[in-house]
Amino acid sequence: MNAVDRLSVLKTYKLYVGGKFPRSESGRVYEVTDPKGNWLANAPQSSRKDARDAVVAARKAFGGWAGATAYNRGQVLYRVAEMLEGRRDQFVREVADAEGLGKSKAGAVVDAAVDRWVWYAGWTDKIAQVVGGGNPVAGPFFNLSSPEPTGVVAVLAPQESSFLGLVSVLAPVIATGNTAVVVASEKSPLPALSLAEVLATSDVPGGVVNVLSGRTAEIAPPLAAHQDVNAIDLAGADEGLAKQLEIAAADNLKRVLRPQAVDNWTATPGTDRLTAFLETKTVWHPTGSLGASGSSY
Amino acid sequence: MAKEKMTTAFEYAPAPESRSVVDIAPSYGLFIDGEFTEAADGKVFKTVSPSTEEVLAEVAQAGEADVDRAVRAARKAFEKWSALPGSERAKYLFRIARIIQERSRELAVLETLDNGKPIKETRDADLPLVAAHFFYYAGWADKLDHAGYGANPRPLGVAGQVIPWNFPLLMLAWKIAPALATGNTVVLKPAETTPLSALFFADICRQAGLPKGVVNILPGYGDTGAALVAHPDVNKVAFTGSTAVGKEIARTVAGTRKKLTLELGGKGANIVFDDAPIDQAVEGIVTGIFFNQGQVCCAGSRLLVQESVHDELLDSLKRRLSTLRLGDPLDKNTDIGAINSAEQLARITTLADQGEAEGAERWSPACELPSAGYWFAPTLFTNVTQAHTIARDEIFGPVLSVLTFRTPDEAVAKANNTQYGLSAGIWTEKGSRILAVANKLRAGVVWSNTFNKFDPTSPFGGYKESGFGREGGRHGLEAYLAPSSPEGER
Repeated sequence: MNAVDRLSVLKTYKLYVGGKFPRSESGRVYEVTDPKGNWLANAPQSSRKDARDAVVAARKAFGGWAGATAYNRGQVLYRVAEMLEGRRDQFVREVADAEGLGKSKAGAVVDAAVDRWVWYAGWTDKIAQVVGGGNPVAGPFFNLSSPEPTGVVAVLAPQESSFLGLVSVLAPVIATGNTAVVVASEKSPLPALSLAEVLATSDVPGGVVNVLSGRTAEIAPPLAAHQDVNAIDLAGADEGLAKQLEIAAADNLKRVLRPQAVDNWTATPGTDRLTAFLETKTVWHPTGSLGASGSSY
Repeated sequence: MAKEKMTTAFEYAPAPESRSVVDIAPSYGLFIDGEFTEAADGKVFKTVSPSTEEVLAEVAQAGEADVDRAVRAARKAFEKWSALPGSERAKYLFRIARIIQERSRELAVLETLDNGKPIKETRDADLPLVAAHFFYYAGWADKLDHAGYGANPRPLGVAGQVIPWNFPLLMLAWKIAPALATGNTVVLKPAETTPLSALFFADICRQAGLPKGVVNILPGYGDTGAALVAHPDVNKVAFTGSTAVGKEIARTVAGTRKKLTLELGGKGANIVFDDAPIDQAVEGIVTGIFFNQGQVCCAGSRLLVQESVHDELLDSLKRRLSTLRLGDPLDKNTDIGAINSAEQLARITTLADQGEAEGAERWSPACELPSAGYWFAPTLFTNVTQAHTIARDEIFGPVLSVLTFRTPDEAVAKANNTQYGLSAGIWTEKGSRILAVANKLRAGVVWSNTFNKFDPTSPFGGYKESGFGREGGRHGLEAYLAPSSPEGER
């Protein structure tokens, strides 16, 4: 050991909006501690304005992301897994601090999160075949149903599982072409804010994922009431807040995924989180007949 | 129809369908637990024929106590119904489909009397689709394991269903068939202006031997529907109707575990490109906005026509509208029937007047309206901008707003410039353009070179404020099955 221990360089945690890392426009921060109360960092305390800015960024990114090929989205999500794997030590440390876990448990959490990105990377170009398809209508028509992303999705990340829970609710939203405004776990926002650094270096276009930290009860209501948000995942809302947000969401008929008790985030997810933010479009095309007239109608 | 405007070579003689095929009783009760019964508070209301204002019958009006009784009956029936082998539930539904086919002429005439729509439509569209819907979902009842919703998917319980007046029996079929196939029991509220076909359906349930309590029918007004939706022992709410009411229902079920699907309003864009076959497009435009007097949530109420063919298309369209026959809905040659109610007529009138007041140019063919009943002449507006009320609000009547565009991008932008997202139409001879435009439209149903086609196998439902959930096809089952656990198991 040196006579004088080297003083470490602390990180200024920032929001992630439109591919950039701004501070909260409000200039506010709040103190983040580990479960024992030791100071970890000051996290940005997002305002309503930050939430609105994030929605603008998510909307701007929607066309390009929804229009990307499913294969391309799959590769981008896989790239997230690759980048995360490379930063494994950092996330093990951050998850251990955030959730009060030992090193091996935190390691298992980070591994599961990496694997979750891989799982959803593989879904991007398969879900359409699973939930879409041709419909045998009783008439001379080719009739095809296809899933399409709902649009901008507000995601209230789970409060307890600050990293695996977050990845488990975020990845299915963007896998299908939605863009997201994520409200990180209020108490443990640091893994989410660090995940933004991974996303920024993983070919995820800016604005596809936007990460806000702060008071859930302050940021969530403007998102739930926002007329340009198409859906909301209430995973991180308690019962009272969830009801309030669901009422607000009715104003423009957002798709609402209600909070569900999850005991074990490591279990293999089904397709429900993918399909919760998909629309079904059905297109009718006349097939006609190649009769003597040659008319196709 | 004014004679001087007739462009056909010969006159049509009256050809009314006989009313004798249907026997309407002077009064009807609520259908609860397999029996017709009076409302607890004894309230009744009258249902009239919109084409003549003749009172057809007096109908019991369900109140909160009746809603509670019906939900209890449905809950009690749920236990056995959900435990039946799917193959047995299937056979009940097949029976219902067959009885509907047998009684289809009777039901078509009844529907035309109570709703005001032409017999041509009830006979050739509503009733065949009703029977087909039951036949389709009957087949699912014992195949749910293979539907893609996990092994052994579970029903939700009691479904509270509220349906509109524009396709009374068809909307009933869309609600009841998938609910029963998946093992739920139902309490259904038909619209106050069209309760009769649902009450006749109760009789079909009796003929089919359906266990009591599996289907309960509660005629009533909005407050009956509100009580049903709010009932704590309802597990599933399905509503078809206005967006305003849909939002109110979404607020009501907030914070509960009730599963909700909504099929709401629309302001469908019917896009005609310059290479479209004009004659077919004109037929499609007419079908899009004048089918069922335009009282269709997926109506093509905004015509977006490429500038270069605007004049030619409008000439053809006006010529075609001049040949539409408006009058007695029971006449087999009638194209345009009555508006469903005085209230709806007033709404259409107000919005059309507003269109004129805001500067759009109004046109209707010369058209003589019957002196009794609720009637509105087919109407189109030109010089409409996107800011006009008639280009934004759902009119739910035979009123077409015509807008123009120059490029495909502009067409898509205008088509999507609405709070709604239910339907759209594309008319062009170019296949790649169809696919490119269809891809960009934010609408649940897109018809290319056709319009207003429906099929039980084809999922139907909206984007944005047109609601959520799908009815029809494999997708339609999901609305009535329990969500899987967060781990993905059901």
